[in-house]
Amino acid sequence: MRESRLWFWHILSAIVMHMGTMHLGAILTSIGIGSRDPVQSAEVFHRSQQLVYMITYILLLGAALFHGLYGLRSMLFELSLSKGMEKAIGSVCALAGIVLFIYGTYVAVRVFQMPQILAVLKGGQP
Amino acid sequence: MQNRLNNNLGFRGWVSGGRYGLDRYAYALHRLTGLGILAYFIMHIFVTGARLGGPGQWNSRMAFFGRPIFKLGEFLVFLAFAFHAINGIRLVIIELGYMLGKPGLPAYPYSYSTLRQKPLFVVVMLIAAALMIIGGANFYSTMR
Repeated sequence: MRESRLWFWHILSAIVMHMGTMHLGAILTSIGIGSRDPVQSAEVFHRSQQLVYMITYILLLGAALFHGLYGLRSMLFELSLSKGMEKAIGSVCALAGIVLFIYGTYVAVRVFQMPQILAVLKGGQP
Repeated sequence: MQNRLNNNLGFRGWVSGGRYGLDRYAYALHRLTGLGILAYFIMHIFVTGARLGGPGQWNSRMAFFGRPIFKLGEFLVFLAFAFHAINGIRLVIIELGYMLGKPGLPAYPYSYSTLRQKPLFVVVMLIAAALMIIGGANFYSTMR
């Protein structure tokens, strides 16, 4: 039951990522908050300081980490390892996922809370 | 371990298609691209963490990753992503039981699920190839 539930989340996270990464640009452009030069610092910080982007980043981060690490775990399990080894691999994947998720979420929230950056980029006073 | 059958293929099972044909290689490639994307994604988390240092640190990091070798790597990630995403849609469709046909008695000439979903496989690969070509043209135009 637990494995089928994890498999369900694996598929769901793939769909979330598909919606997020393939359609996000078009959706956001259609509602007027899209981006033309996505890695230019002004655009990066402009996006990062919008609530909708911050939430989307965290959702995608969680979905991508779960999907990727569950996939890695499944591949390693196919090597017919011992139960103890499977448990260890599962724990390492879970721990890595949690640590990366906390770091990514911290970055997203901290940058969202930096109001002075936009003012600096626009040439005004921070 | 004692109660398990010794029928695992090990690493060979990951990459060898055996007699299962193209679908099996798509499966192996799906995993390979998945591993590549996971490695990229973990690096991406730390690269985008440069936002914490403000625009200056972000610009210097982007200047570092703007080198041709990283652009090539970015393109390879794009190719992997295009294949993985489009093939993944096929896997979800198959997982939900569509495009497999109805089960029936085995009568000659035999029809089996991998044969019945072959048109979907071909369409998906064509879409992935089209995406790769469009993306490749886009990369080429931004590099010039």
